[in-house]
Amino acid sequence: MANTQALQVKEKKEVVTKGEKTVPARYFIPTTDIYETDETLTVVMEVPGVEKKDIDIRVESDVLSVEARIDFSKYQGFEPVYTEYNVGHFARSFTLSRKIDQQKIGAELEDGVLTLTLQKAKEALPRRIPIG
Amino acid sequence: MAFLHNPFEALFDFQQALDELRSSSWLAAGPSGSGAYPPLNVFRKGDDVVVIAEVPGVRTSELQLQAKGNTLRIAGTKETPYSNQASIHRRERLAGSFDRTLTLPVEIDADRVKAECRDGILAVFLPRAERDKPRSIRIN
Repeated sequence: MANTQALQVKEKKEVVTKGEKTVPARYFIPTTDIYETDETLTVVMEVPGVEKKDIDIRVESDVLSVEARIDFSKYQGFEPVYTEYNVGHFARSFTLSRKIDQQKIGAELEDGVLTLTLQKAKEALPRRIPIG
Repeated sequence: MAFLHNPFEALFDFQQALDELRSSSWLAAGPSGSGAYPPLNVFRKGDDVVVIAEVPGVRTSELQLQAKGNTLRIAGTKETPYSNQASIHRRERLAGSFDRTLTLPVEIDADRVKAECRDGILAVFLPRAERDKPRSIRIN
């Protein structure tokens, strides 16, 4: 979907305490798109600076939670002189409205974008509703 | 900057340092300012300057960098493609093109600029030009 529109800056939103973390560091809410096709629900999250091994994905009682941690030791020896955004780990959860097959969750990370593909459970597949 | 004895608090301290420099006047002498995409942070490492930007979803092939004198130009396109059959529940990610120029208050050696882009983070290493480095003067 290439458009010529100029890209706007979106200020990062911080996670407002839902369940205290044990460490004082701040968490941010990853910018997310969610879309659905007949068989799948796809969640696309922006988690810049996070490596594969530092992502936890869980589905428990219809709640999908993602926690993605940055490796901030990469900033060792860097002295900030001018800043426009903050860095931190990412966390977000969603209550899923449809039953999904927990055994079939696909996850892919590319260019700082995490794509989760959730297969809908059989009984949750859509039925066409005839208008009578 | 000293970080730090306690690794659990190190990130918090670093976040506070980043917050405090939101109002930094480091760029104020030149024409550059904040507000354009991509948002970036500037660090000093030794004599050199490191510019870091968050560009999740931007392919390396879609990014163009130019360094000239003491300006750095970052341009590119970000796409958020979907299948046509998809029905959208939530849409927060933005797509579009960007072109930002940053004038640094130090002179850089454009020939030795290095950049890498990994996991949606662009890092540009800008070595300070030799002639711009402070020199200590011996008093005879």
